[in-house]
Amino acid sequence: MKNEMHVEFASVSQNESFARVTVAAFVAQLDPTMEELTEIKTVVSEAVTNAIIHGYNNEPDHKVAISCKLDDEGEIELTIRDYGIGINDVEEARQPLYTSKPELERSGMGFTIIENFMDAVEVISKQGEGTTVYMRKQLTNSKTVYN
Amino acid sequence: MGLDFSFEVKEEVLIVRLSGELDHHEAEGLRDEWKEMLYHNSVKHVILNLEKVSFMDSSGLGVILGRYKEVLQLGGQMVVCSIPPSIKRLFEMSGMFKIIRLEENEEFALETLGVAS
Repeated sequence: MKNEMHVEFASVSQNESFARVTVAAFVAQLDPTMEELTEIKTVVSEAVTNAIIHGYNNEPDHKVAISCKLDDEGEIELTIRDYGIGINDVEEARQPLYTSKPELERSGMGFTIIENFMDAVEVISKQGEGTTVYMRKQLTNSKTVYN
Repeated sequence: MGLDFSFEVKEEVLIVRLSGELDHHEAEGLRDEWKEMLYHNSVKHVILNLEKVSFMDSSGLGVILGRYKEVLQLGGQMVVCSIPPSIKRLFEMSGMFKIIRLEENEEFALETLGVAS
């Protein structure tokens, strides 16, 4: 069954757990494995944290938007968007260990983890307009059910 | 769900036990108290017990790396123990085990640091 959901929330760090739990609850209808569920929660946490810290410089009065679409064959399409400052050099930002805020003890592993846990990741960013992270992941068990 | 943490000092070793979810929101509070413990006790090494951690992301790695650097300054080592499989994967992916030793449990970790538990 095709299904989708959209949620928008304030750019405060309390909402990082709200975001990952919400997406996990929505995706649960596809019956993912525990490992897949952890991967999805982790990428949501990474992308939402990036939006809050980097997109909005930790300012609480902005919005982060998440869309999640599920298709008939167990593929998840996840979009996480902010309307913040944008990323100057997306390629650089995606490098392992790169961080624009070393003083905040960032590990610089956010995008690397996202790339490892998802099948496809695309980052579209425009300075002054914001950043959108598009991600896709095919669940394993759903695929065999439909084959 | 949030994060709970507790500290115990055994000789030169600070044991840090975490429980719950370690993300960016929880990272700052943990960092402040962990730093406090490192500077107000005459400890050199850190054992990080992750047994009860149900979720961690790269913000958690950042806090751990920050304390790792401080432990190096003290001339000590950082050892992680009782790590759940999902967090072990995150550590492997990030190359954390190249700098932080892994032990099965607290008891073994203490032994390797020369403390009888």
